[in-house]
Amino acid sequence: MAEEKKMAGFVCTGCGIGERLDAGQLETTATRDGKMNTCVQHEMLCSKEGVQVIRDTIDNDGATHIMIAACSRRAKVEAFHFPEVAMTRANLREGVIWVRPDTDENKETTQEMADDYIRMACAEAKFSTKPTKSGEQELDKTIMVVGGGITGMTAAMEAAAAGYPVHLVEKGGALGGRIAEYYKVLPTRSPYAAPQESSIAEMAAAIEADDKIAVHLNSTLAQTSGAPGRFSVDVATESGSTSNFTCGAIVQATGFTPYDANKLPEFGYDKSADVVTNHELEALAKAANGGPIKRPSDGKEITSVAFVQNAGQCSDEEGKLAYFSGVTDLVSIKQAMYFKELNGDCDTTVLFNNLRTPGAAGEDFYRAGQEAMVLFSKGIVSEVVPGDSLTVKFKDLILNEDTEMDCDLVVLAVGMEPNSGPDPYYATEGEGAPEPGEEANPNAVPEISVDSILNLDYRQGTDLPQLKYGFNDSHFICFPYETRRTGIYAAGPVRRPMDIQQARDDAAGATMKAIQAAENAGKGMAAHPRAGDLSYPSFRKEGCTQCKRCTVECPFGAINEDEKRYPLFNEARCRRCGTCMGACPVRVISFENYSIDTVGQQIKNVEIPEEWDEKPRILVLACENDAYPALDQAAMNGVEINPWARVIPVRCLGSVSLSWITDSLNNGYDGIVLMGCQRGEDYQCHFVRGSAMANERMSKVGDTLQTLNLEPERVVVHEVAITDIERAPKLINDMAETVEKIGMSPFKF
Amino acid sequence: MSTNSQKYRNSFLKEVEANVEEGEWVKMCMQCGVCAGSCPLGKHWDHPPQEIFMMIRAGKRDEVLTSDSMWMCTSCYNCIARCPRGLPITHIMHGLAVYSKRLGLMPDNQPTAEFGQIFWDNLMKKGRVNELKMGLSMYFKDGFSQGIKNAMANQKLGQNMMKAKRMNAMEIMGGHGVKSPGDLAKIIKKAQEIEDGNIQDFS
Repeated sequence: MAEEKKMAGFVCTGCGIGERLDAGQLETTATRDGKMNTCVQHEMLCSKEGVQVIRDTIDNDGATHIMIAACSRRAKVEAFHFPEVAMTRANLREGVIWVRPDTDENKETTQEMADDYIRMACAEAKFSTKPTKSGEQELDKTIMVVGGGITGMTAAMEAAAAGYPVHLVEKGGALGGRIAEYYKVLPTRSPYAAPQESSIAEMAAAIEADDKIAVHLNSTLAQTSGAPGRFSVDVATESGSTSNFTCGAIVQATGFTPYDANKLPEFGYDKSADVVTNHELEALAKAANGGPIKRPSDGKEITSVAFVQNAGQCSDEEGKLAYFSGVTDLVSIKQAMYFKELNGDCDTTVLFNNLRTPGAAGEDFYRAGQEAMVLFSKGIVSEVVPGDSLTVKFKDLILNEDTEMDCDLVVLAVGMEPNSGPDPYYATEGEGAPEPGEEANPNAVPEISVDSILNLDYRQGTDLPQLKYGFNDSHFICFPYETRRTGIYAAGPVRRPMDIQQARDDAAGATMKAIQAAENAGKGMAAHPRAGDLSYPSFRKEGCTQCKRCTVECPFGAINEDEKRYPLFNEARCRRCGTCMGACPVRVISFENYSIDTVGQQIKNVEIPEEWDEKPRILVLACENDAYPALDQAAMNGVEINPWARVIPVRCLGSVSLSWITDSLNNGYDGIVLMGCQRGEDYQCHFVRGSAMANERMSKVGDTLQTLNLEPERVVVHEVAITDIERAPKLINDMAETVEKIGMSPFKF
Repeated sequence: MSTNSQKYRNSFLKEVEANVEEGEWVKMCMQCGVCAGSCPLGKHWDHPPQEIFMMIRAGKRDEVLTSDSMWMCTSCYNCIARCPRGLPITHIMHGLAVYSKRLGLMPDNQPTAEFGQIFWDNLMKKGRVNELKMGLSMYFKDGFSQGIKNAMANQKLGQNMMKAKRMNAMEIMGGHGVKSPGDLAKIIKKAQEIEDGNIQDFS
C-alpha cells in the first residue's frame, strides 16, 4: 500500500463518557501517543450529525484510517459502517465506564484504562488496511445437489424455484431414492390418522419438466475441485462417459443406508425369510398390490406380526448403533396400519422399550395406531426362534416376566446409517494419515472401504469431516447445515437421522444456505459466522518455511499446497477465523485488518507502569463470538471488572499467536487470560477446532514461562460461554487476585 | 388356556372391548403408570390398573378375570383425574369386576363382591334399601355366632343412631318401599335382557 495513510480519531462523549472521563486528555492521547493526524470530540457520535462528521472527514479530508472511541465494537455497527476506510474502535463505554465504579478514588485508574484503549485502537488502526475483495471470484449461481432422493429432489426444486440453476447428480437410475420403494409414508397433515401416498412421482415429474434442473442419472462425482463460487465438477456416468460443469455451492443429500440386519443373529434374520427389516416390509407391502401382504417363505397371508423396535440401535453393544434413528417407532406404527388396511383381521404387536413418537403429529399418529387396535407392549426382545410359526422371546417390562409369543412375520425396526464418504481425519496410517499435529478423529466409524462421494480435490481429504457415528461435523446449534467445507451443505439423513418431513425442511434450509454461500463467494465475502467479511489471509512467501502447519490445522480444509509446496489459500473456502495465523511459527500469515501486528501492537501500546506503582496489567484475549459479547453483557449489567485488565477481542482463540503471549510477558504484563469457547466433543467453537487448537498450543506456554522464570499461574485458558455473564468478569478478577498473591512481573522496564 | 397363539394378540382385548363396560378404552393405555402411582389403595392390589391393562393385552384372560384387584377399587377417581390419555379407569375396573362375576370367575369370599350381592338382594325386595336389614345381613353373613359378636361390638353405635333418629327399629317389620315393586322388577328384567343380548360369546 503505497498510498499515504491519513489517520483520524473520533472521541464520543455521549452515554456518560464525557462525564466520567477527561475527553481532552483522550484527544491528546490519540494525537500524541496514537499518532492520529486529527482527533475530534462529539457529544453523540452515532447520531446523524456525528456520523456526518466522520463521513466529512473521510470524503473531504481524505482520511484512510479512522479510530472511533465510543462504545463496544459490537454496538452501533450500522451507524459506524465505513467500508471505504480501515476502521478500529476503542471500547470506552462497555469496556471502561460501565465496568468501573464512579468514585473519586477510581477516577485515575479509569482514565488510565480509557487512555490505554485509545492507544490500542490507534495502534490497531495504524497496522490495518482496508479489506477489499480480491476480485478472484465471479458469481456462479449454479447449485449442485448430490443425491436424488426426497431430500435432494426437494433441494433441487427449492433452488430452481428461487431462480438458481441446478445440477442434480444421482448414483442410481431413477429419482426418488428410498421413498420410491415405500408403499406409503407418514401423514404430513392433521389429523395424522393414517399413512398417506408419497408425492415422489409428482416431484419427479416436476423436476423433469423444470428446465432449470439438469438431472444426471447413473452418475457419480469423479472429482470436485475449486472453492465456493468456482467449484469445478467432473461427473462420471456408469457407461464411462464424463462431463464437467461448474457450480457455486453444493448440497450433499446422500441419505442413509438401513443397518445391516445380518449383524443381528439373535433375531434369526439370516435363518428365516419371515424375519424382515422395516425397509423390506415396504417392498412386501408394495408387492401386495392392494391385496393382503403375504409371507416371503410360503406366500401365506399374514395373520399376525411382531415388530421388534430398536433392533440393533440404541445399544452400547459392539457393532450396534449407539443412537436412535428418530423415526423408526413411527414407521412401525405406520407399517402395523398397513396390515390393518390390507390383511383384515391381522394382529399386530409392537414390542418396544422406549416408544418415541415426537411432536403433536407423532402423538396423534400413535393414538391412531392404538385406535386401529395395534397392540403395544413394553418389552425387550432377546431372541426370535425361526420355524413355521416364529416365536419371539422377550421380557415384558410391565409384567416383569420372561415370556414369548408366536407370529407369522417378524419386522425388525433397524436404524439409519449415514451415506457419508470416508472421514478425512480418520485414517491413522498409510495414505491420508494425519500429519504430525493433526488429530485423528477418535469417533470416526471404523469403515475403511467407504467410497468417496464428493472426491474433493482438497489437501485435507476427499469428503466432509465427521463428528460421530459417520454423521458430518457441524456447529449443530448455531449453524446446523454447515459442514467443515465451506459452500458444501449437508441435508437430510446424512446429517442426522430424520423422517421425510424433516428431510424436506432440511433440504430447503440447506439450499438457502447454499444460495447464500454462492452469492457471498461472488462478492468475495465470507460465509458465516463472519458473514460479509471481505478480509482474507495472505502470506509473505519469502518468509514461509513450508512447515505446512497452516494447511494441516485449518479446520475447513481451505488451504491447499501449490506445486512448490507453498500454502495455497482458497479465499472462498476460508471462514476468516485466523487459525492459520495462530499456527504460523514464522508469523507470515495476516489479514488486512487482523494480523500479528494489529494485535501485537495493541499489546505493546498499553502503558505498563513501573513496578513500584503497584498497578499490574492483565491481558485478556477474548473470543469475539462468545467471551467478548459476554463481557459486553456483563458491562450492561454493571458487573465490575478489575481496572488492571486490558481486553482485546480475537476472531477465535485459534488465531492467537504464541508470539503475543511471549511478547506480553516480556513487556511486563503480570497475567494473561485467554477466553475461548468450549472445546471437545460437545464443542461450541464457531470455527470447530480453533478453541481446541489454541488449548493445545497453549499447553506449550509452560516452557516459555519456565525460561522466563515466571509462575505458570500467570497464563490461564478458560472456556467461556456467551451466557457466562457473571463468570467472565470473575475470571479476569480472579487473575488480579492471583497476581496480588504471587506478586508483580519482574519484566517491567 | 394361554398358549402362545393367544399371547400378545387381540383376542382377549376384543372380548374386553365387546363385553366390559368402557372396555374399548383399554387399547388406548400408553403404560405410563400414573394410575398405579395415584391409587391410594394401590399397595393392596395384586395388579395395579396399568398391569391389568397390560395383562389384557398379553391375553391373560383367566388371570385377569379371577383377579381380586379390580374388586379393590373404592371409586376415589384419582386415576381418572390424572390419566393423561383420559381413560375412565375406575369405570373399567368396575366393568371388569361385573364381567368376572357374570362369568362366575370372581374369587370366592371376595368381601366387595359379597357386599354387592347383599346390597342388590336387599334392594330388589322393596325397591329401596332397608338399612337395618342391610346391616344385619352384613353382621350375620359369616354365621350366627359371628353375627352376634359383630352386633355386640357395634351395640353402642346402633343405639346412638336410633337416638338420633338415623335408624328406625320398626324397619325390621318390613320397612318402606317403592309404590310398585312389580313394575320395578319388570324394568330390571328388561334391562338384564338387553344386557344379556349384548354380551358376545368368547368362551
